[in-house]
Amino acid sequence: MVEKPVISALEAARKVQAGNVVHVGGFLGCGSPDAVIAELAKLGTRDLTLVCNDSSILDQKSGKRNGVAPLIENRQFAKVIVSHIGTNAETQRQMNAGETEVVLVPQGTLAERIRAAGAGLGGILTGTGVGTEVEEGKQKLLVKDKVYLLEEALGGDVALIKAAKADRAGNLRYSKTARNFNPLMATACALVIAEVEELVDIGDLDPDDVHTPSIFVDFIVVSPRTEARA
Amino acid sequence: MTEYVENKEIIARRIARMFHTGDVVNLGIGLPTLVGNYVPEGVTVILQSENGLIGLGPRPEPGKEDPDLTNAGGQPVSIQTGGAFFDSATSFGIIRGGHVDYTVLGVLEVDQEANLANYKIPGKMVPGMGGAMDLVAGSRVVVAATTHLEKSGASKLKRRCSLPLTAAGQVDFVVTDVGFFQIVGGRFHLKEWFEPYDPEWIMAHTDADVVVDDDSAACKDL
Repeated sequence: MVEKPVISALEAARKVQAGNVVHVGGFLGCGSPDAVIAELAKLGTRDLTLVCNDSSILDQKSGKRNGVAPLIENRQFAKVIVSHIGTNAETQRQMNAGETEVVLVPQGTLAERIRAAGAGLGGILTGTGVGTEVEEGKQKLLVKDKVYLLEEALGGDVALIKAAKADRAGNLRYSKTARNFNPLMATACALVIAEVEELVDIGDLDPDDVHTPSIFVDFIVVSPRTEARA
Repeated sequence: MTEYVENKEIIARRIARMFHTGDVVNLGIGLPTLVGNYVPEGVTVILQSENGLIGLGPRPEPGKEDPDLTNAGGQPVSIQTGGAFFDSATSFGIIRGGHVDYTVLGVLEVDQEANLANYKIPGKMVPGMGGAMDLVAGSRVVVAATTHLEKSGASKLKRRCSLPLTAAGQVDFVVTDVGFFQIVGGRFHLKEWFEPYDPEWIMAHTDADVVVDDDSAACKDL
């Protein structure tokens, strides 16, 4: 098996170019690549488009922040494509002030659009959103007496994902609900960087236990779990 | 006339009685989450959480939380023995594919055409729909859980929703703290009323067409 380059979080963050469409794994910060996000926040790379389940948690009162919140605070995104911004008031403020374009997508539709991009499909047909604001401007198709919306595939330039464990070939295994969008994004972007808590030798991951096959992964960043995170 | 007193517990208790052993159930954030506390003894439901698990269990004791194990609200939870984790595409395949038997959601408005609005107040509150649109469009049975009246005294049950819809024509049942309603043919059918409220009170406090069927009755033992 071919080994994948193991790079630092800073080197990973440098691979994100201004203007890129960046997919970031995680669900309200659970399963997000925190070490790479921290370096990308320091670099301040701008005009990015975010594809993520949500804009993470940013609570100005308690000071709690996780996931992509530091990048939102830095206003590094020109556009965010997410299903939920309700736990990050700063995203809503930027949206209302016209500073950041926010596109809200139903969560299941977002997952399938990403999956479609990675699976060589132009898009998917879903009944979700029919009869709501979500159908505006979209093509409707009648299939076997049921109305569906055509939702286009949503790929990206870079995927920043998080797994519990990788082998040196880049095979990935996720932990619990930290899986969420990570395996989908691994298939949908031109460049895929996997931040992992543990790196093992080739052969130490049972092929039956691999969630994301190595061929999807370009670079590995190792960032052990810290006490602060747990 | 009877004075209205908000009672979320009675809503959760009544909804919990709808389930049978083996049902796959998704409970929304807030009031719907309470339903899990009142599932009758002897009934075992399988709770699905859209962020990627079935077999959702209670919040762990302080100090036992796992940052990799949360519910769809980002809160620490546990998983029951025999549960399973999966990615978001599989999770919503379960939801849209009709493999979730019941979804229970809170509402801003619900109308007699079975429309539900619960994700947006234009210009005021725009949190995003999260998984709600898929859950309402895809689940086998959709149960709206809501207090009957707003703090202002306005009816949450409407002839026609004025807010942006989460889904059109998908709601099957509405359970409030005054009664249990089924939506059929463009009307709310009052199947049960919760004393001290009676059908007369309910009709006077509902801004929609309410029908009382011959088999409707008071539900006394909640």
